Amino acid sequence: VTPAARPLGPYDVKDPITPYAQATSYNNFYEFGIDKADPARMAGSLHTRPWTVRLDGEVRKPQTVDIDTLQSWFPLEDRIYRMRCVEGWSMVMPWLGFPLAALIRRMEPTSKAKYVQFTALYDPKQFPGQRGNVLDWPYVEGLRLDEALHPLAFMAVGLQGRVLPGQNGAPLRLAVPWKYGFKSIKSVVRITLTEKQPHTTWSLAAPDEYGFYANVNPAVDHPRWSQATERRIGDLGRRKTLPFNGYADQVAHLYTGLDLRRNF
Amino acid sequence: MKAAVRPPLAWLGPAVVIGGLLPVAVLLLDARTGALGANPVQRALLQTGVLTLATLVLSLGCTPLRRLTGWTWPARIRKALGLIAFLYALLHFGIYLFDQGFTLQTVLDDVLKRPFITAGFGALVLLLPLALTSFRGSVRRLGFARWTALHRLVYLAAGLGVLHYWWGVKKDHTEPLIYALLVAALLIVRVVLARRAGGRRPASATRLGASSERPPSA
Repeated sequence: VTPAARPLGPYDVKDPITPYAQATSYNNFYEFGIDKADPARMAGSLHTRPWTVRLDGEVRKPQTVDIDTLQSWFPLEDRIYRMRCVEGWSMVMPWLGFPLAALIRRMEPTSKAKYVQFTALYDPKQFPGQRGNVLDWPYVEGLRLDEALHPLAFMAVGLQGRVLPGQNGAPLRLAVPWKYGFKSIKSVVRITLTEKQPHTTWSLAAPDEYGFYANVNPAVDHPRWSQATERRIGDLGRRKTLPFNGYADQVAHLYTGLDLRRNF
Repeated sequence: MKAAVRPPLAWLGPAVVIGGLLPVAVLLLDARTGALGANPVQRALLQTGVLTLATLVLSLGCTPLRRLTGWTWPARIRKALGLIAFLYALLHFGIYLFDQGFTLQTVLDDVLKRPFITAGFGALVLLLPLALTSFRGSVRRLGFARWTALHRLVYLAAGLGVLHYWWGVKKDHTEPLIYALLVAALLIVRVVLARRAGGRRPASATRLGASSERPPSA
């Protein structure tokens, strides 16, 4: 476990960082296969250059942009975030990227924009897991616009000072640290602002188990297992899971008046 | 009293025990070398769980195999396989207890509130009396009919084990489905065989119960 090699910023957590070898070998990325080791094993089949991202929907300037151009629009920042998987394990990830809010502002949302929908790459040639129908492809995710504009919502292009590895969602992925990991969609090819709440892959696959919000919540169990504790990768024992994954001070206000038991 | 005749395939019993326990050695070795990956506890839980189901299915397969082929050797390894399955179930439960930091309250909550854990725990509880009555003399002490009735619980235990596996998987149910089909098929074969034996049931029952080591006289 390596401590951060730089002074911590306002959005960083103090937790020791998950070793790179573990963060890149234990992944859920069903596009590569359902086993945790599949993504690292199969990542070579994903080609991240050239790569374009479609920016459209309720925006004034719909456009398709090359990933390198998109990346050059913003100064890249380091963020050390917790990542809590819905399965009950967690990591601490030093992302490199830019705030999602900066990108959305650049897209110039119209007054109709209420949600952000993300679409991942669909290409069974590059994603062997998409040759089966474990999930409906392509993987889609979404956020409310105010969630997406929160300074913690982040688009990552790198991990621990290196270009994002394929198994971690290269070349562009979302990181919303107060939500379960499946919200943080990987290998994004399209970002669409919408008026209506977008579909999300896991809530389509099992609506009684995975909701649109998917905020980390130790008080609301998964129907089949507890969410009260988690294992930090590298630890043998478990620790208590924190509301909003420990980001409650920053994000809880987004959900005032919302019944988090029903809107899980 | 048994005749002092060496049975054919004398190596079979030890081979089953050694082969059945070999995965424990592999697991320990993998744990030492880090081959269990980034989440070794989870991996060990999964592996011991799958080993429980696999050995349980193998033990359930013994009687149908014997009845369908007329071979006698499957009956001789049935008990060992069943006990190995129980051992893996205990190991699986032990790793789970360790994972929960041996906090009784959490375990109790899990068992009472979470169907996924309830099913797995139920399977373990059902296997316990079977393991305890698998010793020489248990059949005689209990009486054959009661012993047989008791040991039919193994199908319920296997069913609960499969359900536990099914509920524990996030999405892809291929492997739990394989075990579900195997258990269902073995149960159907047993039911069909019992039906076919129909009128001759007491006779066949005596044959079964007298000793699993003795070849059927028919």
